[in-house]
Amino acid sequence: MAELTVQDIIKPENLVYKKTKLMTDKALSYCPGCGHGTAHRIIMEVLEELDKEHETIGVAPVGCSVLAYEFMNVDMQQAAHGRAPALATAIKRLWPDKMVFTYQGDGDLAAIGTSETIHVCNRGEQIVIIFINNGIYGMTGGQMAPTTLPGMKTSTSPYGRDVHMMGNPLKMTELIAHLPGTFFVSRQAVHTPSAVRKAKRAVRKAFDNQINKKPGVSFIEIVSNCNSGWKMTPLDSNVWMEENMFPYYELGDIKVDGKIVDKD
Amino acid sequence: MGELRLMKGNEALAEAAIRAGCDGYFGYPITPQSEVIEYLMAEKPYDRTGMVVLQAESEVASINMLYGGGATGKKVMTSSSSPGISLMQEGLSYIAGAEIPCVVANVVRGGPGLGDIQPAQSDYFQSVKGGGHGDYRLIVLAPSSVQEMSDFVPLAFDLSFKYRNPAMIVTDGLIGQMMEKVELFDPVPRLTDEEIKEKYPWATNGKPKGKERRIITSLDLDPHRQEEHNWHLQAKYQRIEEDEVRYEMLQCDDADYIIVAYGSSARIAQKSIQLAKAEGIKVGLLRPITLWPFPKKPIHELVEKGIKGFLSVEMSAGQMVEDVKLEVGGQTKVEHFGRYGGVIHSPEEVLEALKKQIIGE
Ligand SMILES: Cc1ncc(C[n+]2csc(CCOP(=O)(O)OP(=O)(O)O)c2C)c(N)n1
Ligand code: SF4
Repeated sequence: MAELTVQDIIKPENLVYKKTKLMTDKALSYCPGCGHGTAHRIIMEVLEELDKEHETIGVAPVGCSVLAYEFMNVDMQQAAHGRAPALATAIKRLWPDKMVFTYQGDGDLAAIGTSETIHVCNRGEQIVIIFINNGIYGMTGGQMAPTTLPGMKTSTSPYGRDVHMMGNPLKMTELIAHLPGTFFVSRQAVHTPSAVRKAKRAVRKAFDNQINKKPGVSFIEIVSNCNSGWKMTPLDSNVWMEENMFPYYELGDIKVDGKIVDKD
Repeated sequence: MGELRLMKGNEALAEAAIRAGCDGYFGYPITPQSEVIEYLMAEKPYDRTGMVVLQAESEVASINMLYGGGATGKKVMTSSSSPGISLMQEGLSYIAGAEIPCVVANVVRGGPGLGDIQPAQSDYFQSVKGGGHGDYRLIVLAPSSVQEMSDFVPLAFDLSFKYRNPAMIVTDGLIGQMMEKVELFDPVPRLTDEEIKEKYPWATNGKPKGKERRIITSLDLDPHRQEEHNWHLQAKYQRIEEDEVRYEMLQCDDADYIIVAYGSSARIAQKSIQLAKAEGIKVGLLRPITLWPFPKKPIHELVEKGIKGFLSVEMSAGQMVEDVKLEVGGQTKVEHFGRYGGVIHSPEEVLEALKKQIIGE
């Protein structure tokens, strides 16, 4: 039998997976093992599947994903820290038929941008918000975030987060789920293939809602790792996330079609 | 002749926004300019022209709505008063850096802090010297009548789109609140989405087929490229300084002295120069209409002609006077006069100040 070469394998009929054309070819600026890249990819895959390449405006935050516009191959704006929902509000109001989404970290969305987050949800803007919760400020070097777990060490809680002194981790997603202006609220992860599939289904649902002009925000939290900020290997960070983050930030749908999901 | 109406300055501004084909107004109430959003909400411009009006949760949100909306190529506008404008400074810096057209009106009130709700002109520094961080400029127009509150809205939009730069209308509680006769200009239709796409290829409103996607950002982490971007901005500011200076001169031809004043102070000074004339004192009025770009050349020419002294009149502790001094360059006397903190000077007080501080009686 003749030997099989690489060229023999690279054939259209053998293709099982391909990078979406809605991700640029630029090398990601994220640390190896970081969840940001996977989160970007599933959003862009969904937009490609929905054929919305030419109908989408995305808003990047300030945080590690400030450069999301370098990687997401659609029209993009870069907002001031925490203000992405304000930009998205105006874009959607002025271009109601376009797909509009924000992509924000926990510092961006749940600390400095708390007001914009609550009010965009309260007004029920027809946009998609993707919220990456990694429990830390990645970009600025690992400071405490509003979502940092009790006892968790960061550069501004070096002895662990003392909830009496520093407050409690904020469950922003549960908070906004109770506002009548949110239509779909879900918490997902992207650390395993099955989690990625589930997260992608949620992202798809969020954009479907927007296409179908469902009333209100579709809000997806992705609990993610920050292996650099947590000072762990990527693998350890995923285990730590499962053991510590998921019990506090429980995965699954919180509100579907405008109704809070009954967990019992 | 256009439609005549008796209106408050704030209402004229709001009506002008609708007529100028503004696509979206985003604002937060604050005295003395809440009539702007109240008028717009009552007028239902979404029925008249399709214009969006939204009460935002804060001025921080409104300015960032302008950033997002303006970045799609739509004509967007907000208005506020001093404390609210302070909250907008980060947003304005982003908007200037990313070169987004938009119009912001500041109906100035007394400060600092919460100050009061009476008219003031103490936001001059903030308006023309930056206000937010980084090297940037706003195009700043200063109406001195209710008529100009209307006329300067389309002008501000034109300039902001011509240069892809935020434009600011700086007025005060006096002009915002007072009623005068206004001749309204005929409405201009809003641009269609297709026209916007055609006219503004930089705008992010959905990647065009067969073309590259667009990015609106003020970020470039490479200092050399960031410096280059700054050079580009500075070159643009220089063009604006060369081509867009606007001012008005009253009785300057045979004047011995000049009052420099804008907005409400210019209206007051009009009376002061009449009072002076009656006493045989020859005083002219130079009224900057653009506070930035500042009318430098007319000042140089007046100095050249041998003017004996300049009185900069402003309802502030003395802000614009620094620019007047800079242009006079020590060649003759320059002084500031103004009541402030919300107090309005009278024409008589201005004349007294001229006599005491400049003529030297
Ligand atoms: C007004 C303002 N304040 C502070 C900063 C500094 N800053 C940049 S990113 C960041 C935190 C980002 O954290 P997060 O949103 O959790 O995103 P991550 O980097 O973890 O993805 C901060 C505080 C800023 N750029 N602007
Ligand atoms: S610092 Fe953390 S969030 Fe940022 S890229 Fe690295 S791992 Fe990801």
